[in-house]
Amino acid sequence: MNTGTTPKHPLDGLLRTDRIPHIWCPGCGIGTVFSSALIAISSTGTDPMKTAVVSGIGCSGRGAGYVNLDSYHTTHGRAIPFATGMKLAKPELTVVVFSGDGDLFAIGGNHFIHAARRNMDLTVICVNNLNYGMTGGQAAATTPHLAKTSTTPMGNPEVPFNLPLLAYASGATYIARWTMLHTRDLTQSITEALMHTGFSFIEVLAPCPTGFGRKNKLKNSDLLRIYQEKAIVKNGANPAETILDLEQGITLGKFVDYDRPTFEQNYARIISN
Amino acid sequence: MEPAVLTGEHFFNGDVACAEGALAAGCRFFAGYPITPATEVAEHMSKRLPRVGGVFIQMEDEISAMAAILGASCAGVKSMTATSGPGFSLMMENIGLGIAIETPCVLVNVQRAGPSTGLPTLGAQGDMMQARWGSHGHYEIIALAPSSPQEIFYQTITAFNLSETYRIPVLIMADEIVGHLSERVIIPDPAKIKLHSRPRPKGRKDRFKPFQPGPNGVAPMAHAGEGYMVHFTGLTHDERGYPVMTAEAQAEMMERITGKVRRNLDKIIQVEKYRLEDADIALVSYGISSRSSQAAVDEAREKGIKAGLFRLLTVWPFPEEIVCELASRVKGFITVELNLGQIHLEVQRCARGMAPAILVGHAGGSAITPEEILANIEELAGRVQGK
Repeated sequence: MNTGTTPKHPLDGLLRTDRIPHIWCPGCGIGTVFSSALIAISSTGTDPMKTAVVSGIGCSGRGAGYVNLDSYHTTHGRAIPFATGMKLAKPELTVVVFSGDGDLFAIGGNHFIHAARRNMDLTVICVNNLNYGMTGGQAAATTPHLAKTSTTPMGNPEVPFNLPLLAYASGATYIARWTMLHTRDLTQSITEALMHTGFSFIEVLAPCPTGFGRKNKLKNSDLLRIYQEKAIVKNGANPAETILDLEQGITLGKFVDYDRPTFEQNYARIISN
Repeated sequence: MEPAVLTGEHFFNGDVACAEGALAAGCRFFAGYPITPATEVAEHMSKRLPRVGGVFIQMEDEISAMAAILGASCAGVKSMTATSGPGFSLMMENIGLGIAIETPCVLVNVQRAGPSTGLPTLGAQGDMMQARWGSHGHYEIIALAPSSPQEIFYQTITAFNLSETYRIPVLIMADEIVGHLSERVIIPDPAKIKLHSRPRPKGRKDRFKPFQPGPNGVAPMAHAGEGYMVHFTGLTHDERGYPVMTAEAQAEMMERITGKVRRNLDKIIQVEKYRLEDADIALVSYGISSRSSQAAVDEAREKGIKAGLFRLLTVWPFPEEIVCELASRVKGFITVELNLGQIHLEVQRCARGMAPAILVGHAGGSAITPEEILANIEELAGRVQGK
């Protein structure tokens, strides 16, 4: 180790170090997920010059701004269609969508299901912090029933999506769910997803102590304890039987991994007829 | 593979002519969503694009169509979408993204009467102000208005050239009548079609700043996958593309994205002057309405009224200098458009009270007839006589 100089972090090459410090709050889980994604990108051996990251809007959406790759911070909810155009225009690119639950599943939900249906060759990493963090902790399509947020002060009357089930029903061909505590499994899954040909989806639970935690009287350590104690790792579980319930349990694992033709493959075959 | 440029004489409707213009301009990616009266553009592209090495995709809505063409353009492929009023409304946010990240693309609006679902099968020119101001924030935009299938063919090529030269989304503001009207379209030899491409970076990749303007105010564009490791964001950003949340950075970025248009107005704006030299009454019109206007000018001349037509091929940026100059020598303006007064407001503004400016227009659903225009020319000529 060099003495007298700051040691280089092994991921520095993939980071826009001139943009650090980042905007994420103390106790936020996004950084861990981000770091897993970078490790996975560097471990696949794919050319970083041929890898593009596309984000929408929100805390996780800022991911694109810190990665030293071709990176596109687009509009709220529209990362997937932007990435779709990019991938179709330049198929040799590996295109990663890194965004949050609010961005991908509320405002952008329609694009998610259609890209999964098409089996577009994209890797979608969703950091699920159970609320809208950037705007101060409002209810999302992933907020647990009865949870308090700044727009559900008496408790959330709605029930959340089960994202792996939604992805499966829509046609995604690689689906996994982890928490940011399960970094080894998470990194492995992102690596597999990057290598997978077709629509890959990884949901990662990450704490938002500032937004979600505070209003539900959950300290960061409480959220992490829940992730640890309630985790039920069940690789290959039927997505319909997976649960995400902070009291009953959180099913984690790689649930789906199969091949079917992608949009690009089908298009190429049909037009050559 | 088929030829991209179908040199020869054809009988095309405006929508098909538009699609062929795009292919001749080098467009190789189209993302769209069906909507009357623009559907035929998508249908034709779905048939032709794969045969010239391009990709067509029908998206889940117009929001995603607009997002997809930006993504494709950022990867280096000339891209287009086509829509009508309701879809145009949905595209507004991502038009703003295209402006902020300075990404070339072409968007065709085959206008129908609105608001809301309106008259899907009948023409109007009611989205002209939306074209100018529909996305939030202050910006410059380029919008063209074709009056025939032949003209939409050429204007689509011009739209791609302008969008590439200035790294900006360009709008083609057609209308249902032009879109569905079938006429002769002559497609020239590819060697006769002049194409422009976006400026491209040279030099060291690690020193490249993706939003540092070149000599004409336009920054060279690096594409995804070329090793420049660019960052594009809709947030206010500096020349490196990095977000900077200050009033100063905002002013600087706005100067960049508006200045490149404002400083090149003479190269961007195309207009046509018809019998205007000695005109007392200047008609200002564009698109389908300009054809009725031209007929009305001829009829007025036969009756001894000195009428002329100022035809806008480029509607935005508005040719204000020319209209201001006209205001000092004509006795009156008549704006002819299929709405209740949009470009009319611009003409009034540029007339600066020096000449009366009236509107011949209606809410949409049918073309304006030359008779209607002629009656107004006669009325106005009578009113301003001797002035």
